[in-house]
Amino acid sequence: MIRVQLEDFDVGTELAKLSDGNLGVGGVCSFVGLVRDMTKDGKIGAMTLEHYPGMTEKALADIDAEAHSRWPLQASLIIHRYGRLEPGDRIVLVAAASAHREAAFEACHFLIDYLKTRAPFWKLEQTGTGGKWVDARDDDDAAARRWHSVNKAAE
Amino acid sequence: MKALYFAWVREKTGCSVEDVTLPKGVGTVAELIEWQMGRGGGYAEAFGDAKSIRVAVNQTHVGTAHPVADGDEVAFFPPVTGGTP
Repeated sequence: MIRVQLEDFDVGTELAKLSDGNLGVGGVCSFVGLVRDMTKDGKIGAMTLEHYPGMTEKALADIDAEAHSRWPLQASLIIHRYGRLEPGDRIVLVAAASAHREAAFEACHFLIDYLKTRAPFWKLEQTGTGGKWVDARDDDDAAARRWHSVNKAAE
Repeated sequence: MKALYFAWVREKTGCSVEDVTLPKGVGTVAELIEWQMGRGGGYAEAFGDAKSIRVAVNQTHVGTAHPVADGDEVAFFPPVTGGTP
């Protein structure tokens, strides 16, 4: 399941819902992304996440489907926020539930790495001197690349 | 076609969405970027560094050789930065 929303989410509630009623789930692995107060350019007061409504949902659904095609997942979840966020705020939650831990760990890691390079979000950081758009990072691309062939069906 | 602009591409062009009639001879993303650059002003600035522009046609990431046609939704934006550090 995917959700793109302005409002915060409760991690405990979301994870409980993910496996609720599914006794085939043996483990749930999750990752929560938070806004930091520091970047390489100094302290930030807040950030605004812009996104592309429509494409965001499509991109996240594609990433989610890709995870299900590669690992035997019982359930998965991506929640991504947009709008104005302050240091300490939750930005993103990804979770994967499976019968055994390995698929849950790997799929969770895959989901967050792929999301970073595929989902159309842009960060505007507000510092003391104004706003600055955050550049994409080469190591994010590298992190996503290492999954290119993992558990992928032969083509 | 419908053109959309996000993040600093939107700020530089001063436009978030507009209807564009595809000029004659523009049939690919690369040609469309070149035409955008030729519009001058904020467009020239936004599209001046073509390597920093990413494009989606009908909400799917595409390369510069991808075709564009009337009726398409074409979005221009910087490389994406979702998730968390």
